[in-house]
Amino acid sequence: MGDEKKIPKTPKLDELDKGPWPSFVREIKRAAEKSPMSRGLLGVLERSYNEKVGHWKHGGIVGVRGYGGGVIGRYSDLPEEFPDIAHFHTIRVNQPAGWFYTSAALRTICDLWERHGSGLTNLHGSTGDIILLGTRTEELEPIFSELTQMGFDLGGSGSDIRTPSCCVGPARCEWACYDTLGLTYDLTMHYQDEIHRPAFPYKFKFKAAGCPNDCVASIARADLSIIGTWKGPIQVDAAAVTAYTKDGTDIQADVCDRCPSKCMAWDGKALTIANEWCVRCMHCINVLPTALRPGPERGATILVGAKAPIIQGAMLSSVLVPFMKMEPPYTALKELVGKMLELWAEEGKSRERIGEFIQRVGLGNFLEAIGLEPLPEMVAHPRENPYVFYEEYLEEEPTEAKA
Amino acid sequence: MAEAVTVEEVAEGIYKMVKDAAGVKKLKPTDLTKAMVEHFGPERCSKDLCKEAIRTLMDSGRCVYTYFGGSFIELPPKEDTAA
Repeated sequence: MGDEKKIPKTPKLDELDKGPWPSFVREIKRAAEKSPMSRGLLGVLERSYNEKVGHWKHGGIVGVRGYGGGVIGRYSDLPEEFPDIAHFHTIRVNQPAGWFYTSAALRTICDLWERHGSGLTNLHGSTGDIILLGTRTEELEPIFSELTQMGFDLGGSGSDIRTPSCCVGPARCEWACYDTLGLTYDLTMHYQDEIHRPAFPYKFKFKAAGCPNDCVASIARADLSIIGTWKGPIQVDAAAVTAYTKDGTDIQADVCDRCPSKCMAWDGKALTIANEWCVRCMHCINVLPTALRPGPERGATILVGAKAPIIQGAMLSSVLVPFMKMEPPYTALKELVGKMLELWAEEGKSRERIGEFIQRVGLGNFLEAIGLEPLPEMVAHPRENPYVFYEEYLEEEPTEAKA
Repeated sequence: MAEAVTVEEVAEGIYKMVKDAAGVKKLKPTDLTKAMVEHFGPERCSKDLCKEAIRTLMDSGRCVYTYFGGSFIELPPKEDTAA
């Protein structure tokens, strides 16, 4: 039994434990002092570095009863050599909106994970959930039971609505144009069934960003990006602008010249903004935070279709609704999402994200099916006109006209 | 107006499809829903009813979700069925 606690020799991995910086190898070794699974992980990882081959398989039949999401099955393809990590499933735990925890809550989760898993976590994955790395199939139900007693639930995985996530929003940021935390909590509650029970062609992600800075990168990662924005002119405090110049800020070079739509002018005394040309990039507000503020009427732009490159290449979201008020109970947003999900569930191909679906059927057809009017803001980039219909040119001319 | 089918009837229909397809084809929840609506007719069987039927099958353990690139509905492994 003494050999079981022996940490395997890992000369290649040890190279990544040198220096003063944080090292994943050091953390796995620390966990390996107590956890056989982490010892197994070190062994298989060293082997992968030697062979330049990964030794994991994923998927299969793992989960907790009634749920189709929240557990990602992970198996070693060397179960005889590394029996402690024959199963190494990942648990996704639904994070609180904005990732606010008490230290006690994190300790409780970590204690649970030392009892039932490898003791390793990479804390938050790109979906936003808490990610607990490495456990066995027979531990899943006990983990789920303890998590729910602690007030946590599993997050989404597979072909379901993934756990909605958001930036810290009004809780810690002055630029939030709507309550990202409130919306994320509301969406999480509203779509409980769809988060836990996969019912779609593929995954569907919501990400809520409070302002166009988009700190959660929703425009690159979410099937539905909800990005805070405003209507009306940027609010300017002229005295504060002057104070910036006295502190050495070069308004012309640092603000006006870097404005992507060149909507700002500086005559050495006053900053003027042609608000009709503003593209809400936030650059000027970020540079002059005490002098400029978003306009008074606030809401969000709804964008659709981002994804990372799994089946086709990476895609960015494009505008679906230029401005929508974001206030509880978020009826307009939920109605829009309901129509989109129903259409995509009905007509989408297996493993086709909604952005790919829109590309396949055409934005014009998609808009018609969900009952939205085409708008200039939907043009994703110059020389693209996604909503023009050519039916009138296809109609046959009357016989008289031909004659 | 045609009488709506019960959740149990739809669940049985779904279970039979999953059982017949075992080892041959993996079925997604949308495949099963479309098939049930077509089988019973949209006036008797709604998508919400199918959703409820799938939930019944999952909660009872007669079917399980699996993941092979996408999510599917399948019979549980044999040892679980025996239990």
